[in-house]
Amino acid sequence: MTELLQHFELAIVIPLLGSLLVLLFHNYPQLREATSIFVAVILFIFTAQFIGSENQDISHTLFTITPGLSLAFHIEPLGLMFALLASSLWIITTVYSIGYMRGNKENNQTRFYLFFALSIAATMGIAFAANLATLFIFYEALTLCTFPLVTHKQNADAQSGGRTYLGILLGTSIVFFLTAIVITWLQAGSLNFIPGGILQGNIEKTGAIILFTLFMFGIGKAALMPFHRWLPAAMVAPTPVSALLHAVAVVKAGVFSVLKVTVYIFGIDFVTTQNASTWILWIAVATMLISSVIALSKDNFKARLAYSTISQLSYIVIGAALASPLAALGGALHIVTHAFGKITLFFCAGAVYTATKFTQISQFDGLGRHMPFTFSAYLVATISIIGLPPFVGSWSKWFLVEGSINTENYLVLIAFGVSTLLNCAYLLPIALRAFFKAPGNEINDWAPGIKEAPLACVVPLCITALATLVMFFFIQPIYEFLAPVFIK
Amino acid sequence: MLSQHLAVLQVVVPLICAPLCALLPLAKPGNKLGNNLAWLLATLVSLTTFIIALLLTKEVSLHGVISYQLGGWAPPWGIEYRIDHLSVYVLLIVSAIASITMLAARKSVEQEIAHEKISLFYSAFLLCLTGLLGIVATGDAFNIFVFLEISSLSSYALIALGNNRKALTASYQYLIMGTIGATFILIGVGLLYMLTGTLNIVDLQARVPELLSSRTLHAAFAFFTVGISLKLALLPLHLWLPNAYAYAPSMITVFLSATATKVSLYVLFRFFFGLFSNEITFEEFQLDKILLPLSILAILIASSVAIFQDNIKRMLAYSSVAQIGYMTLGISLATKSGSIAGMLHLFNHALIKGGLFLAMACIVLRTGSVQLKNFAGLGKRMPWTMAAILLLGLGLIGVPSTAGFISKWYLLIAALEQNNWLAAAVIVGGSLLAIIYIWKIVEYAYLKSPTRQSDKYFNERIEAPLQMLIPLWLLVAANFYFGLKTSFSYGFAETAINNLFL
Repeated sequence: MTELLQHFELAIVIPLLGSLLVLLFHNYPQLREATSIFVAVILFIFTAQFIGSENQDISHTLFTITPGLSLAFHIEPLGLMFALLASSLWIITTVYSIGYMRGNKENNQTRFYLFFALSIAATMGIAFAANLATLFIFYEALTLCTFPLVTHKQNADAQSGGRTYLGILLGTSIVFFLTAIVITWLQAGSLNFIPGGILQGNIEKTGAIILFTLFMFGIGKAALMPFHRWLPAAMVAPTPVSALLHAVAVVKAGVFSVLKVTVYIFGIDFVTTQNASTWILWIAVATMLISSVIALSKDNFKARLAYSTISQLSYIVIGAALASPLAALGGALHIVTHAFGKITLFFCAGAVYTATKFTQISQFDGLGRHMPFTFSAYLVATISIIGLPPFVGSWSKWFLVEGSINTENYLVLIAFGVSTLLNCAYLLPIALRAFFKAPGNEINDWAPGIKEAPLACVVPLCITALATLVMFFFIQPIYEFLAPVFIK
Repeated sequence: MLSQHLAVLQVVVPLICAPLCALLPLAKPGNKLGNNLAWLLATLVSLTTFIIALLLTKEVSLHGVISYQLGGWAPPWGIEYRIDHLSVYVLLIVSAIASITMLAARKSVEQEIAHEKISLFYSAFLLCLTGLLGIVATGDAFNIFVFLEISSLSSYALIALGNNRKALTASYQYLIMGTIGATFILIGVGLLYMLTGTLNIVDLQARVPELLSSRTLHAAFAFFTVGISLKLALLPLHLWLPNAYAYAPSMITVFLSATATKVSLYVLFRFFFGLFSNEITFEEFQLDKILLPLSILAILIASSVAIFQDNIKRMLAYSSVAQIGYMTLGISLATKSGSIAGMLHLFNHALIKGGLFLAMACIVLRTGSVQLKNFAGLGKRMPWTMAAILLLGLGLIGVPSTAGFISKWYLLIAALEQNNWLAAAVIVGGSLLAIIYIWKIVEYAYLKSPTRQSDKYFNERIEAPLQMLIPLWLLVAANFYFGLKTSFSYGFAETAINNLFL
């Protein structure tokens, strides 16, 4: 039994089994949802037991498809962190989904839970992949597993959203990512993730720049402009999907891959000496600022959050592209801190929708009085994302800013400042509107009193909001956990 | 005892059984039992050819090339059957697809073919199979032409049996183009015979290098190139293919799409690298210079045209033209790894496209048409068929863990090894176009609800019979098996090309 538990690949199998159970219980909604939560908890406990073995260099090769393409998994801090993040938030999201899906009387709930579990399985595959080929297989699997979730409503909007989603994600991955992988294989003769990288000495300067650019655009899930349109398009999905997948699992799988490629394929030193990331750095900075400005202009709540996510993802890409250990560490931390903040914001969007069917920010005037818990949580998460203490978002920004100073990229530093101001400008007014504005026409005649979404929606978002506060004080263990990857 | 004759049995068994099919005592017009017997015979024969191919594969991988002398006449005077790695690779594909087709065929054929012609249908099918297997088994250039005609003539007849009247013109078109192609090949063979006095391919290979200065040899090569390209449906000589595939009886499309063009590609390999050598073909005649642009155009143009088709069989037919472009693109890189990748794609694409057309046969059986609007809501009505289409479609796109991905992987490696960025861009670009046309079907099937007008049981489940689903899912399984395990598909292609190339 203990031997079996050493096989961390089971992290992929557990949600797969979960999806089978969901299918089996499709006629018993109570049992089906209970199974979903149960499997999520099991997965979290299972991944958590590997804390402490992340630096022991454990890897398993399952089988080799053909030279260069082998299915292999390993444990390292970055991947374990990502797995823990996704599996812990999966528990909370499942609870939230129950409230949301029932509250909105959505159809095809079995299919929803089925593909949700499959997406988590693919995410686990990405987290533990030991080489680029394995990463690529699960990366594509994740795109395909989330497609039925994005098009859940099966109407014309869902269809066109799904088209953009699939077209951009599959397209960039096949055209750029696959090409980059093949080039890496031809140049380095290996695709394994090795600390310090495998490309050093195998590729000349221009080649390195082209290859890095191919990788960064190829990993479309990181949503660098101009390949960012899929993320707003994915907002047609039910909100739990937007929350876990399009604020955590899918987009973080993108930036996670960015970090993996930077650290384990190129090596931070190699990126620095070859200046391989200069172009990408400026593209990421531009993405960060432009998408913030676009977010300002969006009245649809989820669309605004989507553009905010695009901008925040670029923080992480900037962290990788600055090619300093500290900045990259900041990027990795930002994966965690942004996840908790943004999932809360999406939970709030879903809670508002479930309780009132409102989707536009201009409808929110005075809503705070009816939904105090939701909007308090919203405010907390907003402040965390803006990066103010005492919330956890401040730490990752701290490291990113420090990284930009260390590498003397003062323009990037200024960009971070501007972006923070923009964050305030597009996120804060929503809370202010809800709390301080006079009630709008639509809710003018409501009786005073609380009109929150179901408990299953409200409790999860309070938990994640609280987490942003609590984690502020416990950042040290996370820092020490991740530091070995970046700082020798 | 029998095992010595495997090479010839591979061809003779279907050849003898073909007339038997038509002459079966009960096979009178309209007799249902007789029709079923004909089907049973054709199925058993196809399975037998598959078993023979497997035995040959074992024999070749253990002992190397098999040379069989017909009638005991030693080559180069007599006709030699020559089975090497390249031949068994293609023999396996052809016989396996024939078996799958026949296993699934009964109900579809009953529905689509006039009852009095069913036994003749199976008879023609076996003749077509004979021809295709014969082309691959023989080591004699003229014999290749003979079998080419046997397979072509029977396929003209089979295509014309399609129940849309356009099948007749499609068949006629194919007849004209195919005959021109075959004639060109015949002229090529004739010119070579005139020069060398021999028809045996091994013998020819030894004599060709001395004749490089001869204009006649150049002419022969040119005739071969055009003739094979016509048979192969290489753009711009592909015009016969879309209509032929779209209007042929469903089962014939399954069979031809997965075998006919593949065997033509085999002829290309055999003539250009076996009869001529790779050095002569690429360095003296510079085939790659003309093949590369045509392949690129084939991929881009045919894929784009596929996007705008509303008849899905036609869409898949255009996709086939594009996929043939991938195979010739691999060859046109003029390297071993390129040709191996082309060969590998021949194998993988046969599985994928055979499967897709088989799924179309299921849909024709149940809904009567493969127009795009007919697919609305099929995801719910025919869940297993549609799931198969989706999974095979992913193979066509080249999603990792499918067979199609392995082809793309090796093609990309071959292209980038040569620093041929244009070819690499076309390979991945073609996948993008494939996403578009495959996803058109997926969207209709899963995101649109069936329209009431289309038929009166518009909301009921109409899943295809198990008899068709099982062969279909065998192909789906193969698509993933060969996507995860390449020791056979790649290993054999590699040995075949290594033996063929100098």
